[in-house]
Amino acid sequence: MSPLFPLPARLLHWLMAVLILAMLVIGVAMVGSLADYHTLVSAHRPLGILILCLALIRLAYRRRHPAPRLPADLPAWQRVTAHASHVALYALMIGLPLVGWAMLSAARYPIVLFGPLVLPPIMPASPVLYAALRGLHTVLAYGLAAIVLLHLAAALMHGLVRRDGVLASMTGWRQPAHPAPDAALRR
Amino acid sequence: MSLLDQITGGAGGLSPRAVILRLCAIGAVTAASASGFAYAGGWLSPGRLTPERMIDGFQEVNGVHPGFRRNHAKGLCVEGRFESSGAAAGLTRVRMLAPGVVLPITGRVALAVGTPDAADAAGTVRSLALRVRLADGEEWRTGMNSLPVFLVRTPEAFYEQILAGKPDPATGKPDPARMKAFFAAHPESVRAAALINARTITSGFADSTYASLNAYRFVAADGTETPVRWAMVPERAPVAQGAADAGRADPNYLFDDLEAELRRAPLRWRLVVTLGRPGDPTADATLPWPSDRKTVDAGTLVLTGTAAEGPGNCRDVNFDPLVLPDGIAPSDDPLLSARSAAYSQSFTRRAGEPKSPSPVKDPPVQGAAL
Repeated sequence: MSPLFPLPARLLHWLMAVLILAMLVIGVAMVGSLADYHTLVSAHRPLGILILCLALIRLAYRRRHPAPRLPADLPAWQRVTAHASHVALYALMIGLPLVGWAMLSAARYPIVLFGPLVLPPIMPASPVLYAALRGLHTVLAYGLAAIVLLHLAAALMHGLVRRDGVLASMTGWRQPAHPAPDAALRR
Repeated sequence: MSLLDQITGGAGGLSPRAVILRLCAIGAVTAASASGFAYAGGWLSPGRLTPERMIDGFQEVNGVHPGFRRNHAKGLCVEGRFESSGAAAGLTRVRMLAPGVVLPITGRVALAVGTPDAADAAGTVRSLALRVRLADGEEWRTGMNSLPVFLVRTPEAFYEQILAGKPDPATGKPDPARMKAFFAAHPESVRAAALINARTITSGFADSTYASLNAYRFVAADGTETPVRWAMVPERAPVAQGAADAGRADPNYLFDDLEAELRRAPLRWRLVVTLGRPGDPTADATLPWPSDRKTVDAGTLVLTGTAAEGPGNCRDVNFDPLVLPDGIAPSDDPLLSARSAAYSQSFTRRAGEPKSPSPVKDPPVQGAAL
């Protein structure tokens, strides 16, 4: 059994899981919507900035409190994939909001969070830059959606098939230790 | 079981049958999640109207003119200032309308055409778009038109109307049967068209009234909301378009007249805010409000100069009618969100395209059309 992630890490993970799933759904719905476009965009901007702030807090916390080690018997390719996908997740949690903020800056849109609160631009005004960043935002968002699905599938495999405590280390549910694997079944 | 083992990296104490069942369940959960994402994106309902299809409709009718707006393509930048009277300060907490506030503005006058080189015509709808930058990064953007009401009530009707106006390749003119079918399906547009056709067409940009058409809400400091529509009303008495103007050879005469006027002296408009009462239609831009509704003279727009569209000026601004400061909020009019979405799509497309100079020059090219 792996040890658990510390409670603050688990809370941050599940809060961000809800926010990121909502964000992906809002994002993909908004670009195809006429009637709900404004409502969705108005939620998309502050949610993105919230995710950026939480991701930075989470990254700082993780540097002081490293994640539990993966099980020793995990095949090397899974270990590498797990590591790479987590690097990508952190990069996108921070990068996607920044690209969004930069692209709105380049387009000279005011970056309204709520009420009179507006963020300053972080990029010079340029239609060409806007068009490039707008395309990048879409590509990165689909990339994040794909990695989130991979993350979900891998978490369920740890929890339902391997039952190695990796999923439990984030849910916080202590599973009863399963019986030692039967060598005959494993071969 | 070596294959399963390779996939899972070792199944903790499960039979091969159980491993396969559980892997299938995981696949099902993942596929269902992906489907939910696709559903939210509208990929499972390809027939619905999206911002992309709306702008595709403009391109289908007008062709693609890279770098130019898909609608109101022919325009000229204007600049000046807004002087608040303070008369609307009790209705909205927006700083711009507080007493004594003067703010520089930039904007754009345009014709509601899909091609940047269409010849100016008296009957074409004229528009005035403004961008006001407030303190702390807030902005007010508005796109107004020289119309008493809007022709359509919904984004879907707008799309049908664009396509109904597509020129028939055989005649070069819209097919009257298609337009007739559109109006047969939209009685609200028949009523609106009667009001639009009865309007006085003035001599130019300088003496046109530009109306928001869509309703908004003014939100006061104490949270009180008032439904409003606004219009820029020229201080100068409007002059009806004369018969002489119909024969003008200059294809840019409306724009060139405005440039000439503004070189002589500034032009002024009053920002007249009409206050709606409970029951007034806020979600239907085809319907006028009763003429006895109270109005407030919120301030004066003073235009002082013009500039041809170019890098960094009004060319590169999306006059999204839902870029609003705190104190002005959208109404329930479905056109507002649709305009915001469609403008954004048009802006995104043209932002990435190569630019060419606008046919509207400043100063005008003398004798270009003679």
